[in-house]
Amino acid sequence: MTAAPGAVRDRAALAQTTASRTRRNSVADSVMAVASGAALLIVLSILAVILFDVIRNGLPRLTIGFLSEAPRNGMTEGGIFPAIIGMLEMVILMTLAGVPVGVATAIYLHEYASPVSPVTRAIRIAVANLAGVPSIVFGLFGLGFFVQFLGAGIDKVFFHGEKVFGQPALIWAALTMAVLTLPVVIVATEEALRAVPRELREASLALGATRFQTVLHVAVPQASPGILTGTILAVSRGAGEVAPILFTGAAYFLPQLPKHLSSQFMSPSYHVYVLSTQSPDVDATQPILYATVLVLLLLTFALNVAAVVVRSRMRRRYTGATA
Amino acid sequence: MSANGAAKVEPAPKLIVRDLAVFYDGKKAVGPVSLDIVGQHVTALIGPSGCGKSTFLRSLNRMNELIAGCRVEGTVRLDGDPIYGPGIDPVAVRRRIGMVFQRSNPFPKSIQENVAYGLRIGGVKDAHEIAGRVELALTQAALWEEVRDRLNDSALGLSGGQQQRLCIARALAVEPEVLLMDEPASALDPIATAHIEELINELSANYTVVIVTHNMQQAARVADYTAFFYLGELVEFDRTDVIFTKPSNSRTEDYITGRFG
Amino acid sequence: MIRANTSREHTNREYEQELRRLREQLLLMGAKVEEIIHGSIRALIDRDSTLAEQMIGVDRKINQLEIAIDELCMQVLARRQPVASDLRFLTTALKLVTDLERIGDLGVNICERVLELNGEPPLKPYIDLPNMTREVQEMLHEALDAFVAADVERAQRVIARDKNVDAYYTQIFRELLTYMMEDPRNIFRATRLQSIAKYLERIGDHATNLGELVIFMVKGKDIRHAGKLSDAG
Repeated sequence: MTAAPGAVRDRAALAQTTASRTRRNSVADSVMAVASGAALLIVLSILAVILFDVIRNGLPRLTIGFLSEAPRNGMTEGGIFPAIIGMLEMVILMTLAGVPVGVATAIYLHEYASPVSPVTRAIRIAVANLAGVPSIVFGLFGLGFFVQFLGAGIDKVFFHGEKVFGQPALIWAALTMAVLTLPVVIVATEEALRAVPRELREASLALGATRFQTVLHVAVPQASPGILTGTILAVSRGAGEVAPILFTGAAYFLPQLPKHLSSQFMSPSYHVYVLSTQSPDVDATQPILYATVLVLLLLTFALNVAAVVVRSRMRRRYTGATA
Repeated sequence: MSANGAAKVEPAPKLIVRDLAVFYDGKKAVGPVSLDIVGQHVTALIGPSGCGKSTFLRSLNRMNELIAGCRVEGTVRLDGDPIYGPGIDPVAVRRRIGMVFQRSNPFPKSIQENVAYGLRIGGVKDAHEIAGRVELALTQAALWEEVRDRLNDSALGLSGGQQQRLCIARALAVEPEVLLMDEPASALDPIATAHIEELINELSANYTVVIVTHNMQQAARVADYTAFFYLGELVEFDRTDVIFTKPSNSRTEDYITGRFG
Repeated sequence: MIRANTSREHTNREYEQELRRLREQLLLMGAKVEEIIHGSIRALIDRDSTLAEQMIGVDRKINQLEIAIDELCMQVLARRQPVASDLRFLTTALKLVTDLERIGDLGVNICERVLELNGEPPLKPYIDLPNMTREVQEMLHEALDAFVAADVERAQRVIARDKNVDAYYTQIFRELLTYMMEDPRNIFRATRLQSIAKYLERIGDHATNLGELVIFMVKGKDIRHAGKLSDAG
């Protein structure tokens, strides 16, 4: 069956426009690929430059001794062991204080609060704003509220005015950090709760579970990868921030490891700050500076990788998916 | 005579529904419906999409009120006990009236823990008792032989049909009196569907089953009684063989013979 | 236009067409059957052997239709899983076909007797046989009309008329008996005529069956063997 001449003409014209559209599309595709490739290259090269510089200057100094010895000789020799310990203690306290509060807040917001009530909206606004507050402001808050108000108050009541908690202390730094990282935990937890499939909750309720039992036995376990990720991210942030611990507990050099909640502590991030601004001998302390920076970077990197691994491993367990 | 030929007990109503109506944000979704669900028989709810059959089903175990803006009017009595009313705990209702959903939704726990979930949250602590009741439930769901050696494996590793039977076992472990099933086989292949239908047949000896299905042939195969819903109303309710050979209502006739739309 | 069982059509047009075709075939078969009865009695009255031979040929067509309609019903049952009115229509069609085919065979039997009779001089003027035939033809026609129109009252009238046919048969038989007793040379022709009357009576019974089937199809109530079941139970 032969088509009419007009139809043949139309078909040829259609083929031509389709071909030129395809050509235009593939040009656009190539441009897109090149542009995004270039952007990626720029970002990677910046990262590479930083890493290269830090590794070149810091790796020689990064020995086991560096991680296990205390600093000597005005920070020009020795290691940063106490700083690592101090950071660990602070981060642990921060997690213990902050994560339960954050998770509980998120559970309340998602599971129990009425979405339209003004209280709920107020809490959400507060959390959002909290996330945007500059960290130095947290430091000042910590100083004013925790150290000078709470701390002094505790001193007056329990220690007859003797200065124990009314000064920079591990506990106050930890609490300040906890407040700083609260939004991270709350948001991550709420996201994770929101991702719990409705069918699972329904299944639990249909079996005669109360809402609380469903939250405890189904929603929270299902959300735990997300909660854990949030926690790891909070820890990652807490390990690196300087401003909040500036006035609330960090010290440049301490003869002993922090033993009480009221002790001060050293921290690698604060160490870097001081070494780069107030070093008595810049050349001598430079290798230590670089090595400390390298330690911080490695730590952050390790924590982020851990967060990703945990998330994917647990996701597989909870959804049976292989991704 | 029942669908599987065995002599059945004298049919008595298990669930008596009177003037039940469900509203979402003030708009009526279904009702008023009055219906007697016969005990230890299978009742199917059929009708086109959006006719209200699922909404009606979920109001029988008070799952509807989980949706914000939902209001239920009318009465539902289980063996004479009202399900709705001030002071009546929906959690207690759901222990007597269980539910199985369209897409199987096992918890990301082991097979054992899935079936035991209802028992544990109900306060059963004795490990021996739990193990026994888990085995009984899995046997009733025709799954015991397939999983007896891997009770500690994750439930998510089972096939679709097995997962659905697991969900049925999970619901049965609580020993409800009524089992509601919302299109339980619609996500399964024909062979798995046949297993589920056979299972429903067996279960109806001991449980009152109410099943929502969009597959009319399934209703014809499985149910003793059929209710036809359309546009939020109950149009006709009768024995299945009557509905499918000589329905009284012309809308029912039109729907089941494919004269709709 | 044939009125459908309900005023709406199936969403599936192919299904609708299959059912329509089925109805057409059934009515064609019914028309052929009516033709055979009419032709066979005409052949008797006019002593037309050619016509009788022709009518035997019509029966072949009826048998072909039986096979074709059965095949069509099987296909619809397998593919469409009909329920309710469609299911009743299909099972009625299957039985209808059987009854119609039997009527066709009886028509052939009449023609065979006619061929035998045409070899002899006529025994008597035929009065009752044509009347009986008319009654039977009208019953059959009414039954087929009742099927097309899904008309229960018409079907019930058909059932009621069967006693007329039985009465005719009794009368004809008595009359033929007297002829046979009068003169043994009448026996050959009388028995042939009696056979024809018997065939017509059986055709009447089949038409009654058709009426009962129509009532089942429309109302879903099986009224066959009414009275006899309760006696046995």
